[in-house]
Amino acid sequence: MNMQRLYRHRLSTRLWHWVNAVTVFVMLMSGLMIFNAHPRLYWGQSGANFDAAWLELPPFPGWATLPSHYNLALARHWHLAFAWVLAFGLTAYFLRSLWNGHFRQDITLSRAEVAPAHLWDDIKKHIRLDFHSHDARYNPLQKITYSFVLFLLLPAAILSGMTLSPGMDAAWPWLLDLFGGRQSARSVHFLCASGFAAFIVVHVTLVMLAGPINEMRSMITGWFEVKGEAP
Amino acid sequence: MILTRRAALVGLSGSLVSGCDALGNNATFRDTLMTAEKGNFTVQRALSDRAALAREFAPEDMSPVFRANGTRKPKGDAYAAHMAGGFRDWRLKIDGKVARPQSLSLAQIRTMPARTQITRHDCVEGWSAIGKWTGVPLKLLLDLAGVQANARFLVFHCADLMGSGAAYYESIDLIDALHPQTLIAWGLNDQPLPVGNGAPLRLRVERQLGYKQAKYVERIEVVANLATIGAGKGGYWEDGAGYEWYAGI
Repeated sequence: MNMQRLYRHRLSTRLWHWVNAVTVFVMLMSGLMIFNAHPRLYWGQSGANFDAAWLELPPFPGWATLPSHYNLALARHWHLAFAWVLAFGLTAYFLRSLWNGHFRQDITLSRAEVAPAHLWDDIKKHIRLDFHSHDARYNPLQKITYSFVLFLLLPAAILSGMTLSPGMDAAWPWLLDLFGGRQSARSVHFLCASGFAAFIVVHVTLVMLAGPINEMRSMITGWFEVKGEAP
Repeated sequence: MILTRRAALVGLSGSLVSGCDALGNNATFRDTLMTAEKGNFTVQRALSDRAALAREFAPEDMSPVFRANGTRKPKGDAYAAHMAGGFRDWRLKIDGKVARPQSLSLAQIRTMPARTQITRHDCVEGWSAIGKWTGVPLKLLLDLAGVQANARFLVFHCADLMGSGAAYYESIDLIDALHPQTLIAWGLNDQPLPVGNGAPLRLRVERQLGYKQAKYVERIEVVANLATIGAGKGGYWEDGAGYEWYAGI
């Protein structure tokens, strides 16, 4: 069967992907160091040592944190500087993707794709670890996952992070109402981070299973290789 | 094969971690990271009204126990004597770039108009506690003293000597100083301010984190710049541990 190269990822997508590949690790690891300063989570407006925590964890080990030895001040510098990279990157990518049709053409699910039978087929393909595709399109589960990350996880992480700032709470009091309080926002922020960590694990695993060289090449050069004739 | 791959992965992640640590310890890189603080400060100030209020809460939102943090009781005989005497002889001095330097007793401060507010205290570590603060708006004290035209910052000198022997201090600019919720507080939860929370006087600057809320305040120095105070970064934790001067985040 002959192989064919298809242009899969636009430059804006590829740039944003690799900027984020660095940024998300800086944010997660410096975030874990900040979490280590008080590794308890609460719901509501307030919460401290005398209040009931819904989650209490042992401190994260040095290999998972930035910096690797306890330094809350430095972790905050990392986190609050790269937060700008994340926010500006997301804004630029959103504007570009609205403009160049990336969202409409590649991310939006068609009516046929969300039909239960079609979705079930896609789930069965994933369970069989069958990642052969005859075109360069994202499959429905991919689209659902990317939509979840783009339109829910990322905005929720940024807004809940802003709610942790007492200055922003005074400037934009609706942030507190959106999350039901600063400590709820802190819990949501942690859950978003957990969501990113889970996404990275699944994402990297699927890239490995689906053909790491082809996948990596397409995210670097844009060109993806498929078997067979052009659709 | 598996072993070598694992070794490679451990080695790779190890070198990434140490690489990031090296970057964080590099003064130039750290300074670059810290330019974000100026950005955060500028953007937050641009987004918020000067008088934008921190959220005030209802009595039922108050923390059952208001956590005391940092110094629980200042060291030294001088403070112990003040404690024993019920802070009768405590004075709050206001000096520096003012027209009329002040030395006020607690009794004088308590007879001034007071504001009571139930607000959230956010520690840089991540926890929050809600308490009811009563105190004199800082603006009234500054009006008494008459701030000079070239004044820019207020420095709060505290009675607690830290591990290094240096006294705790903090500073804020005049925008925060004149904010309606900025108090020199003498009461917490309808009681005189407990020792653990900064008795007899502490600063409340509600749009910033806990380390800005100087406790055991003895002196307010009005200055044109912060360079000659302490190590010049504007506060004890700013000087010693690299925390941000602007603690609105």
